[in-house]
Amino acid sequence: MSQILIRFLVGGAVVSAFAIIGDLLKPKSFAGLFGAAPSVALATLGLTIATEGASYAAIESRSMIAGAIAFMAFASCVSWVMMRYKVSALLVTICSIPLWFGIAFGLWYIWLK
Amino acid sequence: MQIKVDPSVIRQTKWYEYAVRFLFGGLITVAAGIIAKRFGPDIGGLFLAFPAIFPASATLIEKHEKQKKEEEGLQGTQRGREAASVDAAGSAMGSVGLLVFASTAWQFVPRFSTWIVLMGATVAWITVSVLIWHVRKRV
Repeated sequence: MSQILIRFLVGGAVVSAFAIIGDLLKPKSFAGLFGAAPSVALATLGLTIATEGASYAAIESRSMIAGAIAFMAFASCVSWVMMRYKVSALLVTICSIPLWFGIAFGLWYIWLK
Repeated sequence: MQIKVDPSVIRQTKWYEYAVRFLFGGLITVAAGIIAKRFGPDIGGLFLAFPAIFPASATLIEKHEKQKKEEEGLQGTQRGREAASVDAAGSAMGSVGLLVFASTAWQFVPRFSTWIVLMGATVAWITVSVLIWHVRKRV
């Protein structure tokens, strides 16, 4: 339970810190770089190495490559749709989440399984 | 285009908007750990690059840009959408850096000290991301 609480607090703090840095920066295209910050990975990998070992963390990191490729497709899709159609950011981002799942798990199935 | 720091955004952001991002950040970190335990690190690792706070952040940018334009007496809906779109394009560029972070961690975590690898991978992420942003601006 305490492990979960630590993960929650560290994760929330690291993700928020990168999000605030992104908020502060201009132009928005540069600030957007921080939307793809490795915040969850930074919060997770240190704790994972300490509890599960380096090999376990290395496997997670390898899978993260597939997650990052899916993230690229997700962010590109959100940007493209928002530039061309009159839809809200919330709707586009939520509706594009299945794209992340499709690509991430597709790559996992082809490459990592 | 020059990179600037705009502290006025801090005042524009409401406490619950910070709280939502903290909550989603914390939840995805917990979820990544639980998924890795239940289904293995190869599945759990995917979620280290899950866009958990992306919807909240994009909505915030859209809202703030809209408000700014409306304070000037202009219609801000289109401007808000454009700002969120440009921010997402920046994130797509940053995801190449995220990929480099993951590759660096994958290759070096078993061989070097945790903190050195995480610091090195973070430097690699920001260097690659900024480099791509600069190249994209020049093209």
